[in-house]
Amino acid sequence: MKLLKFVLSGAALALSLAGAVAAQDKTKVGFVYVGPINDGGWNQHHHDSALEMKAHFGDKVELVYQESVPEGADAERVLTQMALGGAKLIFTTSFGYMDPTINVAKKFPNVKFEHATGYKTTDNVSVYSARFYEGRAIQGHIAGSMTKSNIIGYIASYPIPEVIRGINSAYLHAKRVNPDVQFKIIWLFSWFDPAKEADATTTLLEQGADVVLQHTDSTAPLATMAKAGKGIGFGQAADMAEYAPSPRVSSIIDLWAPYYIARTQAVMDGTWTSVNTWDGIKAGMVGIGEISSVVPADVKASAEAMKAAIAAGTYHPFTGPINKQDGSVWLKDGEVADDGTLAGMGFYIEGIVGDIPK
Amino acid sequence: MFQLETRPQTSKTWVVLTPILAVLATMIAGGALFAFLGKDPFQIIRMIFWDPLFGEFAFYYRGQLLTKAGPLILIAIGLSIGFRAGIWNIGAEGQYIMGAICGAAVGLAFYPAESIFIFPLMVIAGGLGGWAWAMIPALLKIRFGTNEILVSLMLVYVAESFLASASLGLLKNPEGHGFPGSRNLSQYASSANNELIAGTGIHWGVITAFLVVIMAYVFVSRHLLGFQIKVTGQAPRAAAFAGVIPSRIITFCLGVSGALAGLAGLFEVAGPAGQISIDFNSGYGFTAIIVAFLGRLNPIGILLAGLLMALTYIGGTVAEQAGLPAAAIQAFQGMLLFFLLAFDVLSNYRIRMTRKEAA
Repeated sequence: MKLLKFVLSGAALALSLAGAVAAQDKTKVGFVYVGPINDGGWNQHHHDSALEMKAHFGDKVELVYQESVPEGADAERVLTQMALGGAKLIFTTSFGYMDPTINVAKKFPNVKFEHATGYKTTDNVSVYSARFYEGRAIQGHIAGSMTKSNIIGYIASYPIPEVIRGINSAYLHAKRVNPDVQFKIIWLFSWFDPAKEADATTTLLEQGADVVLQHTDSTAPLATMAKAGKGIGFGQAADMAEYAPSPRVSSIIDLWAPYYIARTQAVMDGTWTSVNTWDGIKAGMVGIGEISSVVPADVKASAEAMKAAIAAGTYHPFTGPINKQDGSVWLKDGEVADDGTLAGMGFYIEGIVGDIPK
Repeated sequence: MFQLETRPQTSKTWVVLTPILAVLATMIAGGALFAFLGKDPFQIIRMIFWDPLFGEFAFYYRGQLLTKAGPLILIAIGLSIGFRAGIWNIGAEGQYIMGAICGAAVGLAFYPAESIFIFPLMVIAGGLGGWAWAMIPALLKIRFGTNEILVSLMLVYVAESFLASASLGLLKNPEGHGFPGSRNLSQYASSANNELIAGTGIHWGVITAFLVVIMAYVFVSRHLLGFQIKVTGQAPRAAAFAGVIPSRIITFCLGVSGALAGLAGLFEVAGPAGQISIDFNSGYGFTAIIVAFLGRLNPIGILLAGLLMALTYIGGTVAEQAGLPAAAIQAFQGMLLFFLLAFDVLSNYRIRMTRKEAA
């Protein structure tokens, strides 16, 4: 009996040691998503990029993830569970995970954390985000050129700087090609709610909009326009090419995979340091989906020229003269917006009607 | 053939047995679901029910179990008192939100002053906030005879709008770079409701929950009002003859459940959640309804049910990180209520075998 116990415990020990060795070979990388991984937008694209990263490294990386994690107390628990489970690098892919990420990072100084769209960094917490407003400028340009009713609908999620920046950028560039253009903005207070997004699209179409831009993650707005047989829009976060060539005329695509690969590599090499990354079209973090055949050739050409200028760094979408909504000067002629103001943007530019919800 | 026959009296044995049967049936049906998803059902069930308690990281999970169960128990106890009287407060989620907003607002009003009186004041404000929100369906029911189920439920969406508005305006962190959300209350010493002993997961909310369980136990079994509530639920006409004033029962039941939900919200916002944010609420108010029924509306039962529910959440994350889809865990939790209600038939009816004569 004793012998059996001894043999068994020896075997158990050997097994656990083998497990430890195997775990050392692999770098465990964790991802936490705020919504379902099949939302067709933000979360799916993070997850697809994570899978791409995993495919790049193959057996050298073990991927763990959790979807639909509420922001707040649960996020902190999920992150702790991941760190306890041996993850060496954890990506938290929603703004609301900021404080939980910082709290958990404090308890696990040897685990690296990457928080998307936040602004708090520490020795083991980096932040990363993409300059989506560059893509919004191109959207605004196409939208302003193509609208016949001069009314452009905008489905906004939360009134945070990221979303406000997108509205300003789109409006600015729509107005530049079409001085009569008018924006109708509907706030949904949700990132992902297909039913509400569909309702908002219908409302905007009824109000005369013939272009609807979205800053929410589902394909519902495009599906609604396809069903109604009117209106055009853009893919959000994902290409949403299944609605091309119309109503989807182009898209903003989030390209996280190169970043995820680079950061995982850095952890493997032991060269990871805390950084604040805000990349756009130039670095390949923001992709512009193919401009479809329903867009006139000259509009397509000028949109692509704008994309090239942004990529080359010769054009910044927020270049003065630009006034704030109240008419006061924000940027003087030729002045370029600084990243600090952009990061915390809490005002509309001149010409947009309505207030930012409070 | 089977026939259902009404029992003259609710079976005491089955009342205790049905929750256990429901858990077992959930394990079997859930196991089948996991097997269809191509996972080893035994391994997943072990991850959900065993690992958080006795697994490698149990030292962390056990504390989290209490943190997660605390608000569930607190809210469920309040709901159960109303449910006994046939007063259906479905809007605890809204009262939870309003309690959190009111409590947080009091704490933030004092920022950055430090005083030991700030936290107790926040607790009072949290309770009052939840109570006041629950008074709306109570008064409407008394005055206009509205249905409290609908009113309290609809008020959840109103409360969510207040929450969004508070995160974006009134309570927004002035140093938050324009992002929504309040200052972090758990990082402000006077308002923080952090763990009292590190690693145990016990904060003031958990302690309050345990105290409320004891108080509720005494109340429902020893107090006259507790008896009146029970009678109102079982035989409203008899209660009326016995001199029970319905409006008093309605105000009391909704008030208590609202206040307890508000307290749960306050303890959560000042501790584990840390801040008022647009997505602060994460469904405790609704899950507590399941907990109340799973616990047979009995305080001790609710205590156990709250811990069990918390276990499925914590174990659920363990299983999800092993590759199980989140929806599978939600379905698993839903099955628990489904089976409970299904087996409930057995407490009120008995099954009789009847032989049908050939016609």
